[in-house]
Amino acid sequence: MAITSEPPTTETTAVRAKARPQIIAHEVRPEPTGWRSWITTTDHKKIGILYLYTTLVFFCLGGVEALLMRIQLGSPENTFVSPETYNQLFTMHGTTMIFLVIVPVWAGFANYLVPLMIGARDVAFPRINAWSYWMFLFGGIALYASMFFTPPEAGWFSYVPLSLKEYSPSGGQEAWIYMVHLTGLASMLGAVNFIATIHNMRAPGMGWGRIPLFVWTILVYAYLIVIALSSLAAAATMLLLDRNFGTSFFDPTQGGSALLWQHLFWFFGHPEVYILVLPAFGVFSEVLPVFARKPIFGYKAIAASTAAIAFLGLLVWAHHMFSTPMSTVVLAFFMLSSFLIAVPTGVKIFNWIATLWRGTIEYRVPLLYSIGGIGTFLMGGITGIFLAVFPVDWQLTDTYFVVAHFHYTAFGAAAFGMIAALYFWFPKMSGRMMSEKLGKVSFWFFLVGFHVTFLVQHSAGLSGMPRRVYEYTDTGSLTIYNQISSAGSFILSIGVLLTIINLVRSVKSGAIAGSDPWKANTLEWFMPSPPPENNFDVIPRVRSVEPMRDIRREVEQQTATEQRFQAGRPPTTI
Amino acid sequence: MLAALNTLAGILLPEDGASKNADDIAELYALILVMALVVFVGVEGALIWFMIKFKARRGRVAAQIHGNTRLEIGWTVGAAVILVFITVVTFIKLPGIKNPAASDIDANGNQVASAALLASTDQPAVPKGAKLNIVVDGQQYVWRFQYPRQDDKEVFAYEEMVVPVGMTVTLDITADDVAHSWWIPALGGKMDAIPGYTNKTWFKADRAGSFSGQCAELCGRNHANMLARVRAVPFDEYQSWYDQQAADIKAAREEGARQRAEILKQEREAAEQAESE
Repeated sequence: MAITSEPPTTETTAVRAKARPQIIAHEVRPEPTGWRSWITTTDHKKIGILYLYTTLVFFCLGGVEALLMRIQLGSPENTFVSPETYNQLFTMHGTTMIFLVIVPVWAGFANYLVPLMIGARDVAFPRINAWSYWMFLFGGIALYASMFFTPPEAGWFSYVPLSLKEYSPSGGQEAWIYMVHLTGLASMLGAVNFIATIHNMRAPGMGWGRIPLFVWTILVYAYLIVIALSSLAAAATMLLLDRNFGTSFFDPTQGGSALLWQHLFWFFGHPEVYILVLPAFGVFSEVLPVFARKPIFGYKAIAASTAAIAFLGLLVWAHHMFSTPMSTVVLAFFMLSSFLIAVPTGVKIFNWIATLWRGTIEYRVPLLYSIGGIGTFLMGGITGIFLAVFPVDWQLTDTYFVVAHFHYTAFGAAAFGMIAALYFWFPKMSGRMMSEKLGKVSFWFFLVGFHVTFLVQHSAGLSGMPRRVYEYTDTGSLTIYNQISSAGSFILSIGVLLTIINLVRSVKSGAIAGSDPWKANTLEWFMPSPPPENNFDVIPRVRSVEPMRDIRREVEQQTATEQRFQAGRPPTTI
Repeated sequence: MLAALNTLAGILLPEDGASKNADDIAELYALILVMALVVFVGVEGALIWFMIKFKARRGRVAAQIHGNTRLEIGWTVGAAVILVFITVVTFIKLPGIKNPAASDIDANGNQVASAALLASTDQPAVPKGAKLNIVVDGQQYVWRFQYPRQDDKEVFAYEEMVVPVGMTVTLDITADDVAHSWWIPALGGKMDAIPGYTNKTWFKADRAGSFSGQCAELCGRNHANMLARVRAVPFDEYQSWYDQQAADIKAAREEGARQRAEILKQEREAAEQAESE
């Protein structure tokens, strides 16, 4: 050991350099420009933007599907769409929003931001990164190509036996399976990339206790994807085999089990919920301290609760199946595990609120969307407690109460979070600001529209309206509940539309942002906006959770000192 | 006033008022609702209050606080305590929801003496008196109800289940084709009907009436039209319905058999004729 620990002499390094393979450039091709630069890119920032634009398109498609459903339910016994079309609509809506919007939108933001935030020049495997984007895109195209034939109609969770060939003979179900495989593989490769990047490529000084909270949530998101999506990939493969090659994993008439699918699906499906919302929590944790001008309250608690939620999230899947045949012991276990997960979630919310406490809060659009998201998600969390109590769940499951609940969580956290993220990081990505005024108007439409749409759905569910029904009879208050909800969905879409208009306008004509328009805390604001292709010429040393704040303070001190010198006064103290 | 309360209950609570299990679920729900509202108002209130109170103003400087371990332990424990409380209440309420209650009437429709519980703690409550066991079978898109045999009488029904008031009805729920879910909101929670499995639930209609519900698990294009109805009637009326249904089914069967024999005969004659030609 003594030998190796000695400093290498100049001679040995010279020998080593000689032994190293020489890198010879045969030819240097010009950088592709225009659309070709997008197709051939391996730059994490460009790939991130590709992800974001693609998810925006799918978000609009999923939104239109939702509006068509709300029009159909706007009056009792409506015949706006056929039962077949209605089933296709909710299947496409759910599948799109989960697989083609929320999971990839976080891949998009993470692609763009993680290397910048941790002080890396790219992700660990840039080519795999590009590959995973293209697979995601083709997964989406595979699903939407079925629009021209017969779209799938067995619901986003494709319960067997309904999704078996006998009951869903159309190829739409195969399209769904291919979409799951392609986007699943894309997500998993992306996840491996994030894991490798975050573990290995952090700036000097950025220990585990100094990683930005958004990066923490992306790391946990990535681990969850690797664990959960493999279960779905296996289940979808079994479904494909059952449908086309005569196996019978799920066919009860051949000795298969219809419940097996549900277990495998929800073993993916529940962690998936946290795959959707944890990065949004990361966004809230980044945005709040910036606009409260205060450090995040309880950094360690928030980071630890992220990991705790992810771990517990792997142990609660059967709470989606409380009304299937199960023993009381199993029911009780999944009730308690679901309760446990409420504790770290609550801790997060308390910490965010404490972050606001005694801050100086600036009402900027990203903050409004974050606060709106937290307030909305809180309610989804609370209705989650009702659903976790299995006897109560027997009344509530598969009704509109559940529809309301998961929109409060998924939409409350993920959709509010992604729009907060858009307003927050748009200046970095484009170099321009989005309009504050239009952003605020869009926020109020978004918030009010959301609550008008979904609050009343709790009552519809309590009054006995099941999910996935294309029509209902005019009994009790069902009609008025559904009319309110449909009206709300249009208010909500105005909010979305305003944000899209804002986006399109600002790309071309927004005010120039500069490198750090929000006076934020993390490293991505250190670079010019948009950052150069290699990100950092010099990677700064990280000394706290808020490196950019440290840098800003240093710069301020230096300029102050310089000014003093120029004014002929030496610095008094430093 | 009462009407207003009823409306409010309709908006805020699950359906109840016809069977003990549904009532218990509604009570449990109401209890959680009260606690949820307290938490909701407290946390949401703090969020909004801080947003207003700590809005940036000139001259105000944000306090640079990084955390407070005692506070954080405090709210972690606080959240846990609420959940422990809900757990305890749930398990207190559970037997009343899960275990079938004792019938108020015996197999002949006579009132039984008040059904006091046995002084046994480890035995599940066995329904005393009579009980009616019905096999519920979900099919795209109709429910089939198979009644127990009574002296060689076979009775089944579709869509509408007729039951005697006051008798505990236990259900064995299964499905023929795809997964369905049995649900009559006023008579308790839902139970999935999954092919290859038998699921169990129960109810006891406290009063006569017609209670409607529908399939609650996506089962295909006409999932919305897979309705179910339970009609609770006095025992005598139930018995006469049962007998009538048995007679109708028997008559229909005999008629069917007769027609089949006729068709067979015709076919045979036609075949013979063809042969002779």
